[in-house]
Amino acid sequence: MIEAVGLTKRYGAKTAVYNLSFQVRPGVVTGFLGPNGSGKSTTMRMILGLDRPTAGHVTIGGHPFRRLPNAPRQVGALLDAKAVHGGRSARSHLLSLAQLAGIPAQRVDEVLGVVGLQDVAKRRSKGFSLGMGQRLGIAAALLGDPQVLLFDEPVNGLDPEGILWVRNLMKKLAAEGRTVFVSSHLMSEMALTADHLIVIGRGQLLADMPVKDFISANSADFARVRTPGAEPAQREKLTSVLVEAGGQVLSEPDGALRVTGLPLPRISDLAHDADVRLWELSPHQASLEEAYMRLTQGAVDYRSTDDRLAHLQPPAQPGQPGYGTPPQPPVQDVPQQGWYAPPPPGQSPYGAAPQAPGQNPYGAAPQAPAQNPYAGAPQAPAPGPYAPPAAPQPGLPQPSDDTSKDVR
Amino acid sequence: MAVASAVLQSEWTKIRTVSSTVWTLASALFVTVAMGAALCALTNATFDDMREAERLTFDPTLISFSGMILGQLAMVVFGVLVVGTEYSSGMIRTSLAAVPQRATFLFSKIAVAGGLALLVGLATSFLAFFLGQALLGGHRTSIGDDGVLRAVVGGGLYMGLMAVFSMGVAAMLRSSMLSLGILVPFFFLVSQILSAVPKAKEVALYFPDQAGSKVMRVVPDAMNSEEAPYGPWGGLGIMVLWVAASLVGGYLVMKKRDA
Repeated sequence: MIEAVGLTKRYGAKTAVYNLSFQVRPGVVTGFLGPNGSGKSTTMRMILGLDRPTAGHVTIGGHPFRRLPNAPRQVGALLDAKAVHGGRSARSHLLSLAQLAGIPAQRVDEVLGVVGLQDVAKRRSKGFSLGMGQRLGIAAALLGDPQVLLFDEPVNGLDPEGILWVRNLMKKLAAEGRTVFVSSHLMSEMALTADHLIVIGRGQLLADMPVKDFISANSADFARVRTPGAEPAQREKLTSVLVEAGGQVLSEPDGALRVTGLPLPRISDLAHDADVRLWELSPHQASLEEAYMRLTQGAVDYRSTDDRLAHLQPPAQPGQPGYGTPPQPPVQDVPQQGWYAPPPPGQSPYGAAPQAPGQNPYGAAPQAPAQNPYAGAPQAPAPGPYAPPAAPQPGLPQPSDDTSKDVR
Repeated sequence: MAVASAVLQSEWTKIRTVSSTVWTLASALFVTVAMGAALCALTNATFDDMREAERLTFDPTLISFSGMILGQLAMVVFGVLVVGTEYSSGMIRTSLAAVPQRATFLFSKIAVAGGLALLVGLATSFLAFFLGQALLGGHRTSIGDDGVLRAVVGGGLYMGLMAVFSMGVAAMLRSSMLSLGILVPFFFLVSQILSAVPKAKEVALYFPDQAGSKVMRVVPDAMNSEEAPYGPWGGLGIMVLWVAASLVGGYLVMKKRDA
């Protein structure tokens, strides 16, 4: 059982983790998700007593890590696969760790077998691939047969066989009643491995719920419907027909319609009855990955931008300012909504879309841990954790993704 | 509480399973003995060409330790690497996750590495002395003479302390590169140069290497040099103070900073 209460870590002016409270229970695999730089590793280091929290505290089995009696027998951790002296062999590395906790040398050979490194046990770890390094790190975590296990990105660099192995290992460890805390930035991997999810972004808690709830709260399927582009009247007509039939319709930037609440055959029938031709009618399943992306997109620290190659291309006109002057960014036709997956119709996770009030994907969450820190105006209290209270009121300035993005 | 004996055992495993230990310690021994032997042979051959003052204050013990000026650098490298590679490899996080008691961890590591350096230092010192004396021919001294045994044992202590001092500095700076970049030029250049500059000389006398190396002298003003305001053991004491300071600094940094 790992328990964090109000955990905060500041490095100078930068807050890496802010007021994080959660519990990791034994017997289940708890996934720890968040974009790069969201504070996952910092939290892991604080759990292990490597970094001192600026505020708050974290305990393992009721004790702060530094005061745990014989810590290696109680807590096993994989923090960094490459955190090994390259000149030391895998076996020597594990042996030195085993001796710290009074673990017999036979156990070293045992765990080497468990992770499949027995053939390279005598080789210097310098020559290890990332995947082999991960296996060595996992071996080190398993060494003391601990009740609490922490893994920071354990599947990085592993081959598919290794990923499957890690997945089964985590489940097995949890089934044995251990506390298993696994961080990852891969939602798809966690969906398969974890039973419970803790999602953070920018060092703050975004979600803390069972994976099943997360999936049911976030599954958002819709149908994409396209009418002939040259005939906007057809589109209008279809829209009104679909809305009458009880569907929710949103238009996409390229003119397609996004329909929820109606099954595909019904949409087709309605279109036929209304005498509207369809160019496309396709089912679209929003993956958990997308749900996660939507949840965290406001909390991503490192986002790639278009590579414009501006300075590598010759100046457009000879008279213009050449190198050194940043060219004016061309005005882009960016869709108003999010820059990853637009939220499904009627579901506006960040209060950005002034569309019809609809079900709210995150309001259904069993816990309501905190007000949404990314809803644009952090000070304004919001009842739902990730959504505006209700339909946005016209006339009021709406917090939107775009403005919150600009602020950052 | 990870028991200190367990940490000591683990640190011993760590130190004996990397090749840098063997290389740095072997080169400390080899360089010191070989260079001392060469200088002893050279001195023996050119003894009559020396000035009278130098001949009168000739210190056969000290001359057999002249290789230490280079050999100590290998000891510095050894000390820095023992601590510094924990940081450069990231192993420090694994180590501290296993031994949350940071003082136990640091001082066990230094005890093991320092003990090893001391043993190698003593072996180096005795080897350099006996080989050097054998090559000095008629100008030799014997281990039974006044102060000679003290100088030889002191030479071993000096090398061991040099390594421990470097470990403390590396624990403070948390980086092998930075520590080597400061320590090697300091001992090889700055300290040597300052000890030859009139005013700075008096300050340089209190540098760890300058003070500590006085323990290896049998003749206090040997080879036309000035006498230090402290005795041989006093000099070593000054060096011990430096070592203690670096260890305290290293401990405070390890205790306070995030790993």
